[in-house]
Amino acid sequence: MKDKFTIKDLNFWYGEKQALKHINLAMQDRKVTALIGPSGCGKTTFLRCLNRMHDLYPGNRYHGEILLDGRNILDKGLDLIKLRSKVGMVFQKPTPFPMSIYENIAFGLKLMGVKSKGEVSGRVEKALKDSALWDEIRDRLHEPALSLSGGQQQRLCIARAVAVEPDVILMDEPCSALDPVATAKIEDLMTELKQNYTVVIVTHNMQQAARVSEYTGFFMLGEVVEFDTTEKIFTAPSNKLTEDYITGRFG
Amino acid sequence: MTREAYHRAIKELEGDLEQMAAMADVAIKGAMEALVARDLEKSRQIVRNDIEVNKKRFEIEEKCIRLIATQQPMAVDLRIIAAIINIITDLERIGDHAEGIAKISVSIGDEPLVKPLVDMPRMAEKATSMLERCMKAFIERDIETARNICNEDDEVDAYYDKIYGELVHLMIEKPTLIKEATYLIWAAHNIERIADRVTNIAERVVYMVTGKMEEMNVSKY
Repeated sequence: MKDKFTIKDLNFWYGEKQALKHINLAMQDRKVTALIGPSGCGKTTFLRCLNRMHDLYPGNRYHGEILLDGRNILDKGLDLIKLRSKVGMVFQKPTPFPMSIYENIAFGLKLMGVKSKGEVSGRVEKALKDSALWDEIRDRLHEPALSLSGGQQQRLCIARAVAVEPDVILMDEPCSALDPVATAKIEDLMTELKQNYTVVIVTHNMQQAARVSEYTGFFMLGEVVEFDTTEKIFTAPSNKLTEDYITGRFG
Repeated sequence: MTREAYHRAIKELEGDLEQMAAMADVAIKGAMEALVARDLEKSRQIVRNDIEVNKKRFEIEEKCIRLIATQQPMAVDLRIIAAIINIITDLERIGDHAEGIAKISVSIGDEPLVKPLVDMPRMAEKATSMLERCMKAFIERDIETARNICNEDDEVDAYYDKIYGELVHLMIEKPTLIKEATYLIWAAHNIERIADRVTNIAERVVYMVTGKMEEMNVSKY
């Protein structure tokens, strides 16, 4: 099985404060990897390293290696726009742009230089199908994206990420603002998405991690306490801290 | 996020399990004593009491299902609950075997036993000792004891082989005693099955602690 991301001794600082310490792990291609841990443990910080979102703010510092298909994305001179189109991201709250459903998806394509109207339309349709939204909104493509329900908006954001044909989709608590039905749709979608994409999800919902992922990493105080198959983590974890956290003995 | 009520409920379940095991243990001992003493009223009482063991099993199973539905147990909690669901099935069957011995005693009725019972009470004592220590191993999460208990099953099997041989021999010598001797073989067989059930429980103890399913009761047959 091929590794999509290989992390070697990654350390990360917000200014003076070290938020990640000596992270070593690998995330496999076309699998779902879940990151769990108590608030402030570094899981979102880690996720945001994977497409260098931290570079948007000054004073942040990385040390170590993040290999994406063998290439270190921390190398100086790396094209961040290209990186973020390869490593897409979906946030906790849906973030549709204040424009039509169609334009939300076409936006990224145009930014990437896709000019042909036919190609844009085709890829918008494919992205909406891939994110299991097409059947619900095919007649409303030119309505404002903000008129969609929360769950639909989140799937639109996934469609927007998928449209630029990334390799990896990062999801930061993508269901925490959604109701159970919308959550179930996103979870179903994740199992579809992993046919074509590597998915990394941060979640506070341990049942969700157990349901959707093949691998799970447990973070605490900026370190990876345990990384293993999801089955192992949730039935018989090796580390006492992992066990105590997932059974609710602390946290 | 510590889940105190939830963990208290699991502890209570363990207490319920101990209680059910004690009920089964008392039933085996009583059934054997009544058989030896030819105390038919006591035997009938044990037959009647089996319903209480069965009730306890349903009560525990319902609690387990409720915890799974409401708490989504994971890791060690999940393994404890999964182990308990399996163990209560074995305890319920152990109760049935005790009831079986009591029913045999009732069937023998006022007839005298074809031979004095010497090995069978020892065999029953061995089986109840295995059960008691197995439940202690459950509470103490003691996998070494659990594994050793499985090896002791051979001793119970050896008793059974001996009793069976003697009774068959008796039947060949005195065919008029076939019916009564067969009753006693059945009684011994019930004890033999009780010990087998205890080894199942021991396997669950090991699973609960290690997360690994292991077959530990490999028959020599």
